Amino acid sequence: MAKLSLEEVETIAELAKLTLTDAEKAMFQEQLSDILEYAEMLQKIDTTGIPPTASAIPLKNVMRPDVNTLSLDNEEALFNAPQTDEGSFKVQAVLE
Amino acid sequence: MKYQPIIGMEVHVELSTNSKMFCGCSADFFGVAPNTHVCPVCLGMPGTLPVINQKAVEYTIMTGLALNCQIQPHNVFARKNYFYPDLPKGYQISQYELPLCLNGYVDIETEESDTPKRIRVRRAHLEEDTGKLTHVNNHSLVDLNRAGVPLLEIVTEADIHSADEAYAYVTKLRQLVRYLGVSSGDMEKGAMRCEVNLSLTDPETGEWGTKVEVKNLNSFRSVRNAIAYEIERQTKVLSKGGTIDQVTMGWDENRAITFLQRTKEGDTGYRYFPEPDLPPLDLDPAWIEEIKTGLPELPDAKMARYTGDFELTQKEALVLVEDRSIAEYYESVVAVAGDAKGVTPKLVSNWVSGELFRLLGESGRNIADVEIKPARLVALIELVNANTINQPAAKKVFGVMFKSGRPPQEIVEELGLQQISDEDQLVSIARQVIADHPDPVEQFKAGKETVINFLVGQIMRVTRGKANPQLAEQALRELLQS
Repeated sequence: MAKLSLEEVETIAELAKLTLTDAEKAMFQEQLSDILEYAEMLQKIDTTGIPPTASAIPLKNVMRPDVNTLSLDNEEALFNAPQTDEGSFKVQAVLE
Repeated sequence: MKYQPIIGMEVHVELSTNSKMFCGCSADFFGVAPNTHVCPVCLGMPGTLPVINQKAVEYTIMTGLALNCQIQPHNVFARKNYFYPDLPKGYQISQYELPLCLNGYVDIETEESDTPKRIRVRRAHLEEDTGKLTHVNNHSLVDLNRAGVPLLEIVTEADIHSADEAYAYVTKLRQLVRYLGVSSGDMEKGAMRCEVNLSLTDPETGEWGTKVEVKNLNSFRSVRNAIAYEIERQTKVLSKGGTIDQVTMGWDENRAITFLQRTKEGDTGYRYFPEPDLPPLDLDPAWIEEIKTGLPELPDAKMARYTGDFELTQKEALVLVEDRSIAEYYESVVAVAGDAKGVTPKLVSNWVSGELFRLLGESGRNIADVEIKPARLVALIELVNANTINQPAAKKVFGVMFKSGRPPQEIVEELGLQQISDEDQLVSIARQVIADHPDPVEQFKAGKETVINFLVGQIMRVTRGKANPQLAEQALRELLQS
């Protein structure tokens, strides 16, 4: 597979909300391309006739009854939050 | 209008389960103190694992069946990745390639045609809701009570062609989820939220225009208004030779305009992949069959039965079917009336959609609180049929029954409302009325036929409304013609 383009790296960075320097972009271009190349080994395996699977564990149909369990109280829920206000997590304004 | 609107809708329905989609926290969030129905799972803390709420799956299957969808035997949940503070995990667990329900339809009533119009449902899938953001000055407050509440997304094909059709579709959808009892369907409380994909087609070239998405449609009124507004806006742009950009618009209810929200994120931006934390869901056909058997009778089937077996008109049936509890009350009265002579489904319909609706509206009470036992409404209709009381008296009795639930016979006696059907008595009253009103009597004899109503009215006045009007008129005519 061809190397990841610089543009693709920029798109991925944007989706991850990361601002990268040119040097970082070049570095991640290398690293991400290596990862893709590594994963490409799987493409070589012949999977004809094998149904696609979404899970590697031999489990299915795990469900729970619709029953309420105890929630955290408000102080516990916010315990690790850097900033809080009026019982809520406080974050920088996000307006697109 | 030159352009034809092509509309597809996405409706999110909040399922009314006790607990959230993947954890045991209460799914109730409306009016609840912020961040009190949260736990490590729905807060997205590392090391936690989601477990599927069986009831949410059941509700989705119920809705899918009611939407005439094929329920898919093999289901996989997927991660939809994006960063926003209302999404604690950084991804939403949803379904992508393998949704629970596929290829259904909903039939809606339209003004233009007597036959219902079919809106195809492309898919319906299960996902989790996000939290709620409140923007204050330079920051946002995050409440995650709603995060993880089961959400059903229903997507139509682009079969809708006007604001009215969209309105009819959403109304029908709300009726269905309420009949099924899977959601409150309250748009005002966010239990149903709509998005619209709209483009205009030039009928001459047949070319499809650019698709614009409109979000934030949180009331029935805004569905209608936003679509009408957007059709007008796009028509104006296209008429001047302009082009439409592929964007997401928001609807501002207060200013009644759409506004640019953001440029549209393509599906690839969400980097969907199968949710590794949830094993696949292979539905047992026996379970689906069991759910199917347990479905309540749905509005379309009821309509067919009411207009068929009950011989109601389309219009009469429609008002009764609209709300499931009204329909059930109506049917329980009809069932009791089964053996009673002359108490037809039509007569029962007149009482329910007439006096009962009027009093419910006046009192602001709910059908569930109505204390008139079906057998007592039947008894009241029988009293009218047997000429024991006349129609105005029956309405009076019904009013007392509505307040107290007491049996009609008792009220009739207490208020002395028994109709006077004794002919001798009526003849003597008629004679008196004729003697007291020489002028009208002259007019009648001179051929002014309608004066008879005035004279009957006089008998009703003298008897304080208790005279049998038909017999009273008969007595008058006999005396006047002799």
